[in-house]
Amino acid sequence: MHVPAKFLGTQITGGSSSTIDAFEKMRIAGATAREALLLAAAAKLKVDKNTLRTENGAVITRDGQRIPYTELATLAASVSLPDDVSLKPRSEWKQIGRSIPKLDMVEKCTGTATFGMDVIQPDMLYATIKVNPHLGAKLNSFNAANATAMPGVKHILPLGEVGVAVVASNTWYAFKAAEVIEFDWAKTAYAQTTEGLFESAIAAFKESHQDSQNRNDGDVDFVIGQAGDATINREYRAPMLAHATMEPMNSTALLKNGQLDIWAGNQSPTFALAEAAKVSGISEENIRVHTTYLGGGFGRRAEMDFIVYAVMVAIQLEGTPVKVTWTREEDMTHDNYRPFAIARFQGVVSGSNISALDVKISSPSVMESQMGRVGLSIPGPDTTIVQAAWDQAYMIENYRVTGYRVPIGIPVSSWRSVGASQNGFFCESMMDELAHEANVDPIDIRLALISHSPTRKVLEAVAELANWGRMLPENHGMGIALVTSFGVPVAQVIEVEKTQNGIKIHNVYVAADVGIAIDPSNIEAQLISGINFGLAAAMMGEITLKDGKVEQTNFHNFDSIRMHQAPAIHCKILENGERIRGIGEPGTPPAAPALANAIYAATGVRLREMPFKKQIQFV
Amino acid sequence: MQLNVNGKQHEVDVEETMPLLWVLRDELAITGPKFGCGIAMCGACTVHINGMPARSCSIPVGQVSGQVTTIEGLGTPYAMHVVQAAWVEHQVAQCGYCQPGQIMSAAALLQVNPNPDDEAIDRALSANLCRCGTYPRIRAAVKTAAAKIRESNL
Repeated sequence: MHVPAKFLGTQITGGSSSTIDAFEKMRIAGATAREALLLAAAAKLKVDKNTLRTENGAVITRDGQRIPYTELATLAASVSLPDDVSLKPRSEWKQIGRSIPKLDMVEKCTGTATFGMDVIQPDMLYATIKVNPHLGAKLNSFNAANATAMPGVKHILPLGEVGVAVVASNTWYAFKAAEVIEFDWAKTAYAQTTEGLFESAIAAFKESHQDSQNRNDGDVDFVIGQAGDATINREYRAPMLAHATMEPMNSTALLKNGQLDIWAGNQSPTFALAEAAKVSGISEENIRVHTTYLGGGFGRRAEMDFIVYAVMVAIQLEGTPVKVTWTREEDMTHDNYRPFAIARFQGVVSGSNISALDVKISSPSVMESQMGRVGLSIPGPDTTIVQAAWDQAYMIENYRVTGYRVPIGIPVSSWRSVGASQNGFFCESMMDELAHEANVDPIDIRLALISHSPTRKVLEAVAELANWGRMLPENHGMGIALVTSFGVPVAQVIEVEKTQNGIKIHNVYVAADVGIAIDPSNIEAQLISGINFGLAAAMMGEITLKDGKVEQTNFHNFDSIRMHQAPAIHCKILENGERIRGIGEPGTPPAAPALANAIYAATGVRLREMPFKKQIQFV
Repeated sequence: MQLNVNGKQHEVDVEETMPLLWVLRDELAITGPKFGCGIAMCGACTVHINGMPARSCSIPVGQVSGQVTTIEGLGTPYAMHVVQAAWVEHQVAQCGYCQPGQIMSAAALLQVNPNPDDEAIDRALSANLCRCGTYPRIRAAVKTAAAKIRESNL
């Protein structure tokens, strides 16, 4: 049986695509296995296959005899498989739709799960790296005289043209020795400061940098021209963000007898294979990528730098396995970041209606930067620049969305929900502003613009779940946001309180439509995760650049949401969508605008720039 | 020098300034405690020293005296500690990397306070980061474990 691979034949965990990609394939695989067991049982019993059925791990004969699959497996492995099998209709599903305990849970709660960081090979050495903090520039020279004599140090090796690896008998010895190496780093040619980056985004708002205009309904210019001074002009900003996975980047590699073995938690084993072959000159059939558990991905581990660096070390120390672990500081300052972005809006309100909305978004291209690093080019526009801006369910009569591409400088990458992570904030905050200008309830103004039934239903469901419109305690405020990303409409209502010590986020209500909910508990977990990820960024996430280098180095200056700040999250999962969807990312985009809109409701302060901590304090 | 981990005595030959975490992980192959930040900001490396929670990434091994307990010493897959069992019951872990630290912090809290309110949970666990944002289930699991501990104390 032929099962087609994903786009470009890659194995990748990203784009919330795993569920969509695997759903039918896994069902076909299961149905084929069942068919093979039936054929095996028929052969064994010398009966017609059609007299047999399956139930709870066994083949059942017409007279009720029960043969467990375990007794048939060997025989089933040798039967010739049918070319096509019929899948169970939804009415007969037993497992799909049930919450099932996760197989990795006990390991992960007992410290016995093996993450990339936990890989141990016989006679392994431990290394760390120092790479040019001017990202993309080379290493001119270095002086490691002070480092070579440090305790535990075994080797100091060049790392391509960009840095140095310190190999020691213990990771900590490698860390300490790396600290005393003196470097002369080359500089980069792109903007050297945060202000410079935002200036490059402002400069890109012109025709020569236009990347896409996927929506141009009605006549936006005419309506805005008519409105004149009544036009509502707004500008929004989002900063760069680090992925900041809990497990810093690391990988272990060993070159022995022409065979290259790589151990790494990663989001794309096929990219790992290709990049390892490229850097080592070893052909792919002589490379094995052992994919371990990973301590957070969020897009970071779809990048291959941490694997490439481990391979660079391994091929210089043939026969010795080396685990290369980045310090948190190296990880934070050598990420491929969520791009900075600026959105400019012009809106016109007529009575209780939004009659025109013009959206212009300027940002570097994630696809150009990310695919460029694995040697691929993306022809045509990068729709992630306008993701979740042009493709929403709103039917505004005069509606235009234009993307502008900032030339690539500092490396940018996919960060959980990609373009939707900033555009959801921009567009749904603007929608709230327009609702207030029109003096219309923010949910009503949205419903008036949407006919797509599953999207209407998530709004209606979240309104009911949150009891929208209820009398709130003093100093409380509620905000709503609706973002469809990766095909999943997600509506969130956030309830905050203005306290003497700052904003306290009490409740998040969320309704999401995944089409088919395979495992409700896991979907709930992903929604909770996506929301907290989005809240952390909205509240405090910011990567800044100074003297060409990233300023944030660790969790003291790039913190995340913590237990005392984490709200109660109430989930409603809907299944009205046309097809099954993935839920790893769609929970993230509405969190920031729902929070901003709630803060506006509670305080009257309109937040147009992330992170909000620049303007407002949180408990 | 001598180090007692999970009831077992080890002889280690390292610099005294080496943080306990790196002795556990790279010298003794005890990899349950995780490296996250190296500056006691994320809690992934949390172990118990004489029953008290400690960030092993920031404690020089030369200053450790007494019993070190890691997640592996708290319970095992076949004999889980009540906190670990509650974590499994609530399906807390996602990527799972921070959870050994979360569990060690929770176990230490419940040792001294078997009936923590939300504020006490906040105080004890806000030193532990979780980038997957599993906090609601962590809170629920702490409460379940606390109830079990109180029941068994009756």
